[in-house]
Amino acid sequence: MTAAAAFFYLFSAITVASGFMVIASRNPVTSVLFLILAFVNAAGLFMLMGAEFLAMILIVVYVGAVAVLFLFVVMMLDVDFAELRQGFQDYLPVGGLIGAVFLVELLLVVGSWAIDPGLVHGPLANAPGGETVTNTQALGLVLYTNYFFLFQVAGLILLVAMIGAIVLTLRERPGVKRQDISVQNARTQAMAVEVRQVPSRQGVEV
Amino acid sequence: MIGLSHYLTVAAILFTLGVLGIFINRKNIIVILMSVELILLAVNINLVAFSTHLGDIVGQVFALFVLTVAAAEAAIGLAILVVFFRNRGSIAVEDVNMMKG
Repeated sequence: MTAAAAFFYLFSAITVASGFMVIASRNPVTSVLFLILAFVNAAGLFMLMGAEFLAMILIVVYVGAVAVLFLFVVMMLDVDFAELRQGFQDYLPVGGLIGAVFLVELLLVVGSWAIDPGLVHGPLANAPGGETVTNTQALGLVLYTNYFFLFQVAGLILLVAMIGAIVLTLRERPGVKRQDISVQNARTQAMAVEVRQVPSRQGVEV
Repeated sequence: MIGLSHYLTVAAILFTLGVLGIFINRKNIIVILMSVELILLAVNINLVAFSTHLGDIVGQVFALFVLTVAAAEAAIGLAILVVFFRNRGSIAVEDVNMMKG
């Protein structure tokens, strides 16, 4: 067994095992941590397939942003997760049945099906520059030319998601004191200081 | 030799785990969102495996787009979850019946 095959089995075994733990774990924090493990090992699989850029993006975007977002939300919400586990056993038979049928169907599709050899190019034949460019360069050469419109639409989707998330979660709380710079700048000496004559032995009403 | 079908099998198992997670964690929206992420990861593994096997970089371009949409979906989904928890004090799927749909 070559090193690549050994690493494939290592990465895929850990990916599948941690994917199982994501859905079977009792504590959602553990689920998120196993999700991170699954993503890191999937990045290893991407690396084995020669998609280095996507592997790094997977680690940066998923582990660095999405999984941490999940962790943040799980820890921020004060939820009784033991209560949410109720009914796990009830759904297990029908869920297991559907999952088993699904898996058998997918594996049948994978097993009983072949690609026309005429479709198979050499490595990265579709990329301008052929085999001499790196994976990142090849991706950029295609992404910023043929797929530039889709690239911009993807950016727009991210913008909409960002604005949507902010609008959804922004909460105006009444009665909270905030700094108001224009009011501060408009303040003059006459508004700030009041000079009073204090009669002797009588004090002054504040 | 590790070929296309090995990667497709891993992706199929991961996809099934994601679907199974949606079915058996019917009450916990956070785990359902994580299952959706697992499903999208399986799809990405499929896209990259075909991209490598067919020697066509376009599969990786589309995997990148799937990644983008998955990130946006996670952000929006978690924002909705936070707002819902703020309003109702619960994230159980059964309590999501305000619109009586």
